[in-house]
Amino acid sequence: MRPYRRQETGVRSQEPEYDRRLRSICLDLDKAGQALRVPPVSCLLSPVSFEHTLVIALIDYGAGNLTSVRKALAHLGTTVTTPGTPADLTSAGGVIIPGVGNFAVTAALGPDWRAAILDHIGRQRPLLGICVGMQWLFDGSEEAPGHRGLELLAGTNRLLTEAARDDERAGDSTTGPDTGVGVSRFKIPHVGWNSLHLTRRSWLLDGVAEGDQVYFTHSFAAPVTADCVGTTRYGVDFAAAVELDHVGGVQFHPEKSSDVGLRILQNFLRKVS
Amino acid sequence: MSLSKRIIACLDVRDGSVVKGIKFEGLRHAGDPAALARRYNREGIDEVVILDVTATIENRKALAETIQAVAREIFLPLCVGGGIRGEAHAEAAIEAGADKVGINTAALAQPELITTLARRYGSQAIIVAIDAKREDGRFKIYVRSGQQGTDRDAVDWAREAADRGAGEILLTSIDRDGTKQGFDCELTAAVSSAVPIPVIASGGAGSFDHFVDVFTTGQADAALAASIFHYAEHAVEDLKAHLHEHGIPVRLGAQKSDVRPVRRSLGEGGSQKSE
Repeated sequence: MRPYRRQETGVRSQEPEYDRRLRSICLDLDKAGQALRVPPVSCLLSPVSFEHTLVIALIDYGAGNLTSVRKALAHLGTTVTTPGTPADLTSAGGVIIPGVGNFAVTAALGPDWRAAILDHIGRQRPLLGICVGMQWLFDGSEEAPGHRGLELLAGTNRLLTEAARDDERAGDSTTGPDTGVGVSRFKIPHVGWNSLHLTRRSWLLDGVAEGDQVYFTHSFAAPVTADCVGTTRYGVDFAAAVELDHVGGVQFHPEKSSDVGLRILQNFLRKVS
Repeated sequence: MSLSKRIIACLDVRDGSVVKGIKFEGLRHAGDPAALARRYNREGIDEVVILDVTATIENRKALAETIQAVAREIFLPLCVGGGIRGEAHAEAAIEAGADKVGINTAALAQPELITTLARRYGSQAIIVAIDAKREDGRFKIYVRSGQQGTDRDAVDWAREAADRGAGEILLTSIDRDGTKQGFDCELTAAVSSAVPIPVIASGGAGSFDHFVDVFTTGQADAALAASIFHYAEHAVEDLKAHLHEHGIPVRLGAQKSDVRPVRRSLGEGGSQKSE
């Protein structure tokens, strides 16, 4: 595994990554003028049992159609709501941020949504980002340089081919074109079924086997960091699934990934319940 | 490990029934698109295309119901094509549960439709379908279900469609369609090497080796067929095993059984397959 970028930086590296980021969430909340309902950091490290009902808030911020995500969740027996305002998130057991298309669409998740989402996370409630929704958990994306991500996870999303080129320049001999048969280059977008390489124990990928395939359709991707629980290779290794405590993200589309995908959604629902 | 070559099943649908190659015995609803999609899902199909072969205004409602019925059964990428003439048709298909729409005649008539739809739904949702025929040493485009010739060249148009925001090209050889003589690998390679987006080859699948050819010589990213899958049970699995033996990356392993829907079963035999 590659070294985690932010652990390399001076004094802050001595502070546990989790605590530091949680503190920054609290800080963000404070800035946003939200009531801090986050208990002291030490309490958050112990498991919390949830007593609320299993309601999943699927955030519709105009990033493509939500039909298939809603349908998959309904198939798994969940009540799905589409919150009209950020305040509606307070009643949600879990939040899903879907998304397809350009990273710029996340601009619709303005300060109020950010605060409500961070508040949800701060209350130890699970969140799942799908595709662009996962990319948004990071610092930002080269696809839309002016737009901030949630900055919960460190790293910037980059165009897959650019990342592959850089790796080749760096002389990484293991990064030669993964040609398959009769294909001499990597087409963008990366569309289709590709394998998951599991990098560490994960609630999100529980029951998923090494090499299981899932359905991707994207051009930009997040870097492999310590937050990765699954990576995929397309010219370069990128983050296919990430996890930071009760926050998860998947670059692929679990709602389109047949049984493996349903399993992952079910794992998320279990985390919520 | 690498990106798998996709195997796509096409359901030619008219008035809510699959109209091509239904001789399969033992399937309770032989012409039922949802039942067929369910079987393909079990066998490990990677994607499903619903092609509305009547594509009349009166049939739009029936089509939406078919899309809904199929989308309820399978959790795979689902593309809908046939008679999508404008934004409203695309919207209806996507609202009903399609992840992608295929546009053909309308895209050629009004190329800006590609960009409009790509902006609205993202490029990943827009497939430009091209029907091509060999004429005078080039690949000429035909529209209106292959009835009407144009003077456009398939390779040029594919390039333009990609530039305008298409996410994939569905390329059908009119010469090979229905012949079972194999895909037109020359056509497929010409288009696939000219565009930066994935190309789905269609037309002519008659044997498993034809798929090997189109993924190697033809440089296809995906291959689509209809009747080859309709006729024989386990055809999808057998095809994938064959491709795997020939070193072509495919998604192996049909259905797992440990994810149980809460409210409904996956349907008959939903978990009977083991890996």
